[in-house]
Amino acid sequence: MNAHPVKVYVPRDSAARSVGADAVADALQHTADQGGIGIELVRNGSRGMLWLEPLVEVVTPRGRVGYGPVTPADVPGLLAAGMLDGAAHPLRLGIVDELPWLARQTRVTFARIGVTDPLSTADYLEHGGLVGLRAALEREPADVVAEVTDSGLRGRGGAGFPAGIKWKTVLGCADELKFVCCNADEGDSGTFADRMVMEGDPFMLIEGMTIAAHAVGATEGYLYIRSEYPEAVATMRAAIGIAREQGWLGKAVLGSALDFDLHVRVGAGAYICGEETSMLESLEGKRGTVRPKPPIPAIEGLFGRPTVVNNVLTLATVPVVLAAGAAAYQALGVERSRGTQVFQLGGNIAHGGIVETAFGVTLRELVEDYGGGTYSGRPVRTVQVGGPLGAYLPTSMFDLPMDYEAFAAAGAMVGHGGLVVFDDRVDMAAQARFAMEFCAEESCGKCTPCRVGSVRGVEVIDKIIAGEHRDENLALLDDLCDLMTEGSLCAMGGLTPLPVRSALTHFPDDFLGGRRSLEIQPVRATGSRAATTTEGRA
Amino acid sequence: MTTSGSDVTVENVVRGVAAGHRGERGALLPVLHAVQAELGYVPQEAIPVLADEFNLSRADVHGVVTFYHDFRREPAGRTVVRICRAEACQALGAQELVDYARAAGLPLGQTTPDGAVTVEQVFCLGNCALGPALEVNGRLHGRVGPAELGALLEGAAAS
Ligand SMILES: Cc1cc2nc3c(=O)[nH]c(=O)nc-3n(C[C@H](O)[C@H](O)[C@H](O)COP(=O)(O)O)c2cc1C
Ligand code: SF4
Ligand code: FES
Repeated sequence: MNAHPVKVYVPRDSAARSVGADAVADALQHTADQGGIGIELVRNGSRGMLWLEPLVEVVTPRGRVGYGPVTPADVPGLLAAGMLDGAAHPLRLGIVDELPWLARQTRVTFARIGVTDPLSTADYLEHGGLVGLRAALEREPADVVAEVTDSGLRGRGGAGFPAGIKWKTVLGCADELKFVCCNADEGDSGTFADRMVMEGDPFMLIEGMTIAAHAVGATEGYLYIRSEYPEAVATMRAAIGIAREQGWLGKAVLGSALDFDLHVRVGAGAYICGEETSMLESLEGKRGTVRPKPPIPAIEGLFGRPTVVNNVLTLATVPVVLAAGAAAYQALGVERSRGTQVFQLGGNIAHGGIVETAFGVTLRELVEDYGGGTYSGRPVRTVQVGGPLGAYLPTSMFDLPMDYEAFAAAGAMVGHGGLVVFDDRVDMAAQARFAMEFCAEESCGKCTPCRVGSVRGVEVIDKIIAGEHRDENLALLDDLCDLMTEGSLCAMGGLTPLPVRSALTHFPDDFLGGRRSLEIQPVRATGSRAATTTEGRA
Repeated sequence: MTTSGSDVTVENVVRGVAAGHRGERGALLPVLHAVQAELGYVPQEAIPVLADEFNLSRADVHGVVTFYHDFRREPAGRTVVRICRAEACQALGAQELVDYARAAGLPLGQTTPDGAVTVEQVFCLGNCALGPALEVNGRLHGRVGPAELGALLEGAAAS
């Protein structure tokens, strides 16, 4: 046995586990034990280079050396080759921090994710944890609100509303009981950053919610996590338990005058419960139907009390804003989109994962440079940005900078920062139909334009594809989209026309019924490997 | 199928679960999750008991149970496979997986007659960079092709 066991990291993030990280961790431990080699296995979060998962990292004097993607069968060979000394091997990627894909990013919210053990308080403190909360607790609530306002931080859940202004409204309410609710419903396809925060750095979210509580005078918090994320639920529950034991939550947080406790609630498979008022209804134990606004939740929210509702990324970014100061955060970004956005590259993309970078980066940089084009190797045809309610953009729009206003002006939306790439086999009429079908399936049913309009939308698109009275039905679809946009109570019905219309505008030929035969075959798991390892090497 | 014996069990389970959540604000969803975790579904007999526990009408409780996709009105198979059909997985061939399952006699939303497997759809599992994704009894799988799905279904049918 070595005197100092070598530290080896294998992610516990559920995406890494979905491609075998647990089996790799077991194989490492087993093979090391058999060889009488001492290793200290740490299950970290993921670095967000998901095409390299399972990514094994070994601590060496030069830094953390990465190997990936590793299968259990690779493990004996890796150890024999001297992986624990960072030795050469076909899977060796180099010093992970120096990999260009990672080194080019500006990791602010994701600074610790993949680096630390998510549930280690020692790791958390060593890597800047609680600095923001301590700074906040020394200041008056109004000062904390001002700091957040000055940072320019806008809600990352989709609408981009300035966080500080929302908090100011809640602070201004005189109620004794106020709530902080974290929206961890993350229902958009192509988004997984909230999940990675919860699985990879749960204390950061707890810290952000606690700062929010101090800033607005709240004493209770709820974290509404979708049921599709069982690992995030388990990790957050464990982290909250630890935080309570440490005095980071509960009575007299960190010895201050703040009392704040936090509860996890699990959703039940309804996309609409990501809409904030629907989420509040669900938290109250009701059907997740949307409430008309006003009143806004900041004034009358959960159980009728003033409530801060923010997305995971918004709240998770607050600690660093308080720790580094508003000016440092504000210095990043463009125009009125300040700071960084955590872009999520998904769908048919070679290098999918998390790219955290300042606003203003273009779609081309994200899809082509970071993303490396499609996974299938075929040409990119379109990217859907901002989830199922976001527009499908053609490659001719790839120079558009990621900026809330620039996107809105181009008839698109940044949303939660998810990009879903499709290759040339995509049938855009089918995607438009799916947008309507999804709305019909997930509508809360409260208002007619959405509930009925989406069902009609599917029918009309079917007729268009079938070539029945195409011009009349296209006009009808246009009317229907207008009606849904204008007449829906919330953005579910109001934004569904966005993917539909963008498909029609940019890919009109697909509605002529000609693309039906192009089936997209699942790409074989083994096919990916050779391509990604060579591409990913530093 | 309902015997008075199982009625008593459902009522006991529901009352027990509700007691464990007393004092929690708006606890109906956590209670429904817990009932489903205990019984595998939310039986019709649970509804009047829940209505009584929460001081709601039966229609209210029924409305909540039916609103959410997660709550089952009938038991599922011993293995539940949920295939992601959202956009990112569509881009990588999710539909082929659905077609494959259907060809194997497992259309979406149905349970095999022997109660071994249920195949369902789900919209996004947060694994959009490693699609097509699916979940087997709560466990996430990425980069799933028809061959792997076939192996998973076969393993499930054998169990
Ligand atoms: C249909 C619909 C779904 C939404 N889903 C989510 C979601 O999953 N997560 C989220 O944070 N916000 C979601 N939102 C936005 C929320 O309503 C709300 O704006 C947000 O949680 C506020 O937090 P933020 O200001 O920090 O972004 C959704 C909105 C709509 C209309
Ligand atoms: S637009 Fe749709 S989801 Fe939104 S309130 Fe109306 S029916 Fe509900
Ligand atoms: S779209 Fe399938 S996991 Fe997100």
